[in-house]
Amino acid sequence: MIDLALPAAVSCIVAFIVVYVTTPPLIKFLEKRNMAVKDMNKKEDIMVVRPGGPSIVLGIIVSEIVLYAFLQLNEIIALIITTTAAFAIGYVDDRKVMGGWFKPVLLAIAAAPIIALGAYDTDLAFPLFGDVQIPALYLALIILMIPIMGNTINSIDVLNGVASGFMVIASFSLTICLFIVQNYEIAIVSLPLGFVSLAFYKYHKIPSKIFPGDSGALTLGAMYGCIAIIGGVEIIAAVAMLPAVINSFLFLSSVKRIVEHRQIKGKPVEHTEDMKLKATDDKTAPVTLVRLILAGGPLSEKQVGFTIFKLGIFSGILAIITAFMMGVRL
Amino acid sequence: MKAGLYGFLFGMWILIIIGGGIVVTLLGPITITGFGEMNWFIASVIKAVIAIILVVIWILVLSKMKNWIFKKEIKS
Repeated sequence: MIDLALPAAVSCIVAFIVVYVTTPPLIKFLEKRNMAVKDMNKKEDIMVVRPGGPSIVLGIIVSEIVLYAFLQLNEIIALIITTTAAFAIGYVDDRKVMGGWFKPVLLAIAAAPIIALGAYDTDLAFPLFGDVQIPALYLALIILMIPIMGNTINSIDVLNGVASGFMVIASFSLTICLFIVQNYEIAIVSLPLGFVSLAFYKYHKIPSKIFPGDSGALTLGAMYGCIAIIGGVEIIAAVAMLPAVINSFLFLSSVKRIVEHRQIKGKPVEHTEDMKLKATDDKTAPVTLVRLILAGGPLSEKQVGFTIFKLGIFSGILAIITAFMMGVRL
Repeated sequence: MKAGLYGFLFGMWILIIIGGGIVVTLLGPITITGFGEMNWFIASVIKAVIAIILVVIWILVLSKMKNWIFKKEIKS
């Protein structure tokens, strides 16, 4: 484990610095090209540039290449290819609005390198009860995992700083869990995700200077899903991601079909005169995590963001408990 | 409402643990013999069908739980 300390430290520093240094020039570049959207939760007409995906994916690629130089794991190659493919899919969606099925289908294809490089174990590990061998079913799980995680993070990217901040909490929780289950190499491989998210949060937090866009959100989600598979911690990863999973579940169970957010006509949230967020009574609007948080009364954007972070910390603690339970058998 | 959200998260976690137990005890031991090289394939199909049924049940239970928790919260 001590041998892994140097690659871990170097990759974390590289991941953080690459995103921290490349995001400001990316913001200037996007401003020059007028690639900005209105921040809907601000009183004034504030335009925020997007997408931040290029700096996020650059941080991930460079730091994982550094790790590959030390560890030479097939899993790292699979992770880099799948994550880069997810970025490319998101970037196309950022530039040109695609249909509701576009992202899930292509993200499922993006999972192919994990299968092709054999970067997975067919045993699905459950806490308290042990493993179950499901060779054919597990392939379906791999194909589903990347689109689900990608779109889950994308669907929670609705307020300043929430997607990147939530990812910091979820990914560091997952890294702790990987250490607990003694999967040290993949724990090190997962560290750059937290540091990339942390560096991006600096520019994404309220008031945002840049939005991650679909390319950024899908990159983060796909890498998270990839780590869950190559680390054999699918259940733990799902637990750490529960607030975002709830958001997707509530959305899908109220809309009852796979659609893009922009295709929904009903508004789940509106603004008070002092620009606080308030849940609407619109029955055609989807039920979302933010709408449920606001059901108790209006809150500022910052308050809603921190409530989501607290839920993230709670589910992170549940994930860590789950990781400890992996070593216990009934 | 926030207490309800934490309750919902905790409920989901419990459902995952219980669901895991059912999967391991129900799906794990399934083996098929008598079909030669197709044994693993038929066993996989049976496991897939049971898994899909379990997921559907899981979603239905979750929906009921969501309605129960949040309607109770809104009434209070």
